[in-house]
Amino acid sequence: MKRTLTLLALLAFFSLGLAQKTTLTVAVFPNLDDALKAQIPLFNKKFPDVEVKLVIQQYADHHNALTTALATGQGLPDVAAIEIGFVGRFAEGQGFEDLNKAPYNAGQYKRLFTPYTIAQATSADGRFIAMPTDIGPGTFFYRVDILQKAGVDPKSMMTWPGYIAAGRKIKSATGAFLIADAADVAWINIFATTPANNSPYFDEKGNVVVDSPRFVRAFELARNIRAAGLDARIGAWTNEWYDAFKKGTVATQFSGAWLQGHLQNWMAPETKGLWRVQQLPEGMYASWGGSFYGIPTASKNKALAWEFIRYVTTTEEAQIAAFKAIGAFPALLAAQNDPSFAEPVEFLGGQQARLLWRDAARRVKPLKANKYDRIANEILTAALSQVLDEGKDIPSALAEAKRLIERRMR
Amino acid sequence: MQESLSKASPLSDPSRWAMRWSNFQRRYAPYIFISPFFILFLIFGLYPSLFSLYMSFQAWTPSDGWGRWKFVGLENYAFTLTDPMFWRSMWNTVWLGVFSGLPQHLIAIPLAFVIHMVLSRFKTFVTAVYFLPYITSSVAIALIFNTLFATHNGVINLVIAHLNTWPLLGALLPDQNINWFTSANIKYALAVVVVWQFTGWNTLLYLSAIQAIPKDLYEAAAVDGASRWQQFRYITLPLLRPMMFFAVSLTIIGNMQLFEQPFVLLNGGASAATPGGQTATMYMYRTAFEWLEMGTAASIAWILFVFIGILTYLNHLVFGRAARGGD
Repeated sequence: MKRTLTLLALLAFFSLGLAQKTTLTVAVFPNLDDALKAQIPLFNKKFPDVEVKLVIQQYADHHNALTTALATGQGLPDVAAIEIGFVGRFAEGQGFEDLNKAPYNAGQYKRLFTPYTIAQATSADGRFIAMPTDIGPGTFFYRVDILQKAGVDPKSMMTWPGYIAAGRKIKSATGAFLIADAADVAWINIFATTPANNSPYFDEKGNVVVDSPRFVRAFELARNIRAAGLDARIGAWTNEWYDAFKKGTVATQFSGAWLQGHLQNWMAPETKGLWRVQQLPEGMYASWGGSFYGIPTASKNKALAWEFIRYVTTTEEAQIAAFKAIGAFPALLAAQNDPSFAEPVEFLGGQQARLLWRDAARRVKPLKANKYDRIANEILTAALSQVLDEGKDIPSALAEAKRLIERRMR
Repeated sequence: MQESLSKASPLSDPSRWAMRWSNFQRRYAPYIFISPFFILFLIFGLYPSLFSLYMSFQAWTPSDGWGRWKFVGLENYAFTLTDPMFWRSMWNTVWLGVFSGLPQHLIAIPLAFVIHMVLSRFKTFVTAVYFLPYITSSVAIALIFNTLFATHNGVINLVIAHLNTWPLLGALLPDQNINWFTSANIKYALAVVVVWQFTGWNTLLYLSAIQAIPKDLYEAAAVDGASRWQQFRYITLPLLRPMMFFAVSLTIIGNMQLFEQPFVLLNGGASAATPGGQTATMYMYRTAFEWLEMGTAASIAWILFVFIGILTYLNHLVFGRAARGGD
């Protein structure tokens, strides 16, 4: 009893002591919170009087809560993590501070980052609403054991026709599927062939371009893979997907470099040493995911919020800490020169994969966010499933998609 | 009046307060006692409804912040009513409404009759077992069915593959694993989930109605030589009509607002089968929170409201007379 009282008194004393500190709320989703937990002690060395409070919610809940909070102007954090899928939408709204302006003057930092990330966080009217923290250079994962069994040289998969031909070989020799979902091949082609500084679906003037040849080819490649029975028809992020990686029933996967961390940590740790990576076919480079930090206009601690964001995004030590904690690929160019980048990746059979990813990240063309990107993506996904699942012909599916996107632009 | 009286005859302080208190109680106590409902209803029921009605005439991107909406008149309604994606989701909703609604009742009524007639000794246990899915979280159910319907290792496909080796059935069944997560197939999977989840609830409703039917009717019929089937057809079914009205109304309203099951089974809209499986409420949710078109989403809500109203009225025409005791 006495001990409890002493404990309580001590707790009260310490919480009083803490109350003297300034509290900074940071809203974040997993596993970016693990990166922050590694960065905060470092930040506190420079700002000992700041207590950083994390508000952690699952990916979808986090962004929903953020949307609701922006709508009502209530309950907003001082710093909000924003994932790539949402940054374009939030950029078009008015809920975040424009970091180009004083007192932030973020313009001076832009050259420090992987170039395409700046465009992602910039609105059509030129406001820059969030600083990039990590990126996901697109990469080509393959199972070296399955390829060897089928006698397929990974280099032969560096063209799309070669990729499909290899898929036939793999299927007949080992029974494994070439890829989990043929739709992935369509998407990677669409993103990687987008001209610099454009949205994937719209041209500079905002016209819908989803019926152009690059979409037709992307759809044709996916259809050819499906028609040859080379894909397992498994959607991403489902139990079957994880199972396929574990059992080795799919031979390749296109994804962001971060997939390696997921495979290694929980999806298929037992496949260690069986995976390798190479660049995407036909000299394609694409970005796959990425995270940002922004300051809501309603934040009460903007100056401190900015100090925090500046610390975690522009200092090498913070970026390296995040990289070591969760394998988040740093958006900060200087951090990519860290010696640890040349270390072999055990999970990939000792490959120096990070150097390859760094090279890819530097070649990805900057894309521009369009307000209607998400709805265009939705409509195109439906069109692709009509082509793959229901045998609809490609030109009419794309023409229909174009019409549906155009009527959404109001 | 009270005020002037008390001034005219200055009573001692305590008794004056006591009288005021008792008057106050007599007058306002009933209102105070029922006020919690009204306060909660005003905040969580009426206000959001009126706000969504107001919002359906505005264009609002919620991430812009509170108050930054623009009046657009009937534009949202015009857009939604001509939106092929909306109509596809409506078609999915109606299809699911019929193919997951009808079986629930077609199974529940005979089941309730059988439980009442044959299994009356184990009635409580059997009803509890059938009722269990109803009180299980929809999200948990959808997650489990996600695994059952998996293309390569799902139990359902494994069973079909096994049945395929049987001589007669084999000719009817497909030789390849069925991919349930395509626009064409997802509706069947969803219907199975919904039927499984809600049949128990309807069984309970019908069982309680069957128990209320006087025993002597059955005895009289048995004396006249009526078979079990005739008893069911000419006594149970007609007398169940009021309950049918109630249960079908609930099914219509519930099925038109089906949300969690498709939402979880379709991975929140990320699945390739989304166009063929998303219901109107799911489409509304995604319009609001994924594409940030609050006004359009509000117009979907009100169009759906009118649609449910019409269906409930039609149901009233079919079963309602019996429910009011006519016929």
